[in-house]
Amino acid sequence: MLSVKDLFCERDERVLFQNLSFYMAAGEVWQIEGSNGSGKTTLLRILCGLNDEFEGRIEWQGQDIRRVRQDFNQSLFYLGHTPAINKTLTPKENLSWFCASRGLHKQDQIKQALNSFNLYGYDDMPCYQLSAGQQRRVSLARMKLSEAPLWIVDEPFTALDKQGVIELEAFFAAHAAQGGTVILTTHHRLEIEHGVKSINLDRLAGLAA
Amino acid sequence: MNIIAATIRRELLIAFRSPGDIINPLMFFIIAVTLFPLGVGADTEFLSRIASGIIWVTALLAVMLSMDSLFRADYEDGSLEQLLLSPQPLYFIILAKVGSHWLVSGLPIVILAPVLASMLALPAEAMLPLLAGLLIGTPILTLIGAVGMALTVGLSRSGLLLAVLVLPLYVPVLVFGTGTVSTALGGLGISGLLALLGAMLVLAICLAPLAIMAALRISVS
Amino acid sequence: MWQWLFKLGSPKWFYTMSGQFMPWLTVITVILLGVGLVWGLAFTPPDYQMGENYRIAYIHVPTAIMCYWWYGMMACFSAAYLIWRIKMADMAAKACAPIGFTITAVALFTGSVWGIPTWGTWWIWDARLTSTLVMLFLFAGVMVLRSAFDSVDAGAKAAAVLSLVGVVNIPIVVYSVEWWNTLHQGASNLSLSNTQANPPEVWLPAFFTGFGIFGFFMLALILRTRNEILQRERRADWVREIFRPGKGEF
Repeated sequence: MLSVKDLFCERDERVLFQNLSFYMAAGEVWQIEGSNGSGKTTLLRILCGLNDEFEGRIEWQGQDIRRVRQDFNQSLFYLGHTPAINKTLTPKENLSWFCASRGLHKQDQIKQALNSFNLYGYDDMPCYQLSAGQQRRVSLARMKLSEAPLWIVDEPFTALDKQGVIELEAFFAAHAAQGGTVILTTHHRLEIEHGVKSINLDRLAGLAA
Repeated sequence: MNIIAATIRRELLIAFRSPGDIINPLMFFIIAVTLFPLGVGADTEFLSRIASGIIWVTALLAVMLSMDSLFRADYEDGSLEQLLLSPQPLYFIILAKVGSHWLVSGLPIVILAPVLASMLALPAEAMLPLLAGLLIGTPILTLIGAVGMALTVGLSRSGLLLAVLVLPLYVPVLVFGTGTVSTALGGLGISGLLALLGAMLVLAICLAPLAIMAALRISVS
Repeated sequence: MWQWLFKLGSPKWFYTMSGQFMPWLTVITVILLGVGLVWGLAFTPPDYQMGENYRIAYIHVPTAIMCYWWYGMMACFSAAYLIWRIKMADMAAKACAPIGFTITAVALFTGSVWGIPTWGTWWIWDARLTSTLVMLFLFAGVMVLRSAFDSVDAGAKAAAVLSLVGVVNIPIVVYSVEWWNTLHQGASNLSLSNTQANPPEVWLPAFFTGFGIFGFFMLALILRTRNEILQRERRADWVREIFRPGKGEF
């Protein structure tokens, strides 16, 4: 689905990675590993298209990503460091906006999505009244509504308790089993029986240097 | 719900839940206008001559100050990134956002202007030209301000920088807006000036979203 | 022809090529400026209306006209950078802004100097001066915006976007200020642009100073761009070659 050829990125005159090439197929779970500052978030943002300070080629379904931008955006679900949830809106309103912004007509499934992330009864409270963990879960609930095959998530397990982590891992595994692809960064050790492919940026930098 | 309606609904909901974002620019407008008679004296004849200028300049500053609520919250909570990754046409989403912003910050200024203008002894025959000018002019100011805001939303203490960038670009709107009042008071027709302002509005509607999109991408990266 | 344009995008090529023709440009500029200034300031007949005081126009008018074209040039570089990602274009655009600010400041200053004997005041809200003042703010805005960003690339792109937004606005601003001026000044023609027919010996020196001043600021642009190239490419081999001890002239 997503292939990267000879990616080169430099920030603040420090080379983050060079000659980076990989291919991510459907049904795979990829973990980008590396110490803080090794460029994990930058790599994810480059793959999403939020950062275009790079050289190299990124292809989506075999075509240059810049040509099929809209198609790629339709197929992508991105979760960054910040939850992308407006604090004055309720979870229901936030998810309703999410559906509208992706052209999904799933108003009836919003309540169910919130419930599956343990947010019973919180649908109509403004998000600033929720804890950080709850806000994160509202953000994750969007994944339940998204129909995008490619998920790119940055540190998804932050602010989740142990049960939440297990459920989220199962969720990722299920998505991959259905033919989707998950790319994520985390410091946590993934326990997915599906098998996780990984890219270690520290090791790659060490090899190159 | 289609994306434009959804955007307007979202923006209006957020705006009404933070009443400060609506009230504060209005209060600034009122207080700043009040400062002028205190500064230049209460001579009504003199005030009536500078009334349209005072109203326009303070309205312009109030609109500029209100711009902070446009992209900042979305930038800080990550919604802006999601917007840039949306498969829906960003051009119209941005227009909807800026339009909603004008509805809650620019339009109240236009509505309040006649009240303040009559406090400054603006002659009655100048009211309608003032209103018409502000009605067409404030959306232009909001659009230009949105470009400035998009460029500076990622920077800290961007308020004054926004002023430096955006105030020179406000000059034509100010000139033609106050010119509408002067021309009307001189007994001449104002339709030409309003048409000119209208043309500037159309130009802004067409081009500003493009600049805003480019600027947002820069601010987010 | 495309070959040549691609070469233009290479900092090293620009550096070496500009190093070669800069001495010639300097000589031509010095001659033009020298002839123009001496002729204009010393040897032209006094104007019947303004006496000796109009001569500052030989500096004022070229700079006043040039500030607009300079902004346009900066916007072209910015467009080249945004559209085709040519880093060289950004270096040139970055160099343009402070020089443009200087040109505008010189225009304003010389305009004020002209104003003192002519109108008795150093500032007047006539269309030209007011438009030029707005140009000063536009140049300042581009410089301030670029420096406000921590990331060099983000600052470059933001400054480029602002330049393009500004260039669209300049005709509108100039037109609006002229209109404003006619509305408020009415009949009194206090404009600096005397449109009476001037004999050739009056406007001919203007050609010399005009081109001379243009050459002068182009030289400044080339020098600044060269500095920018050296700074940005400082880790490249060819730059290190230049500064290797014992090398001498560059």
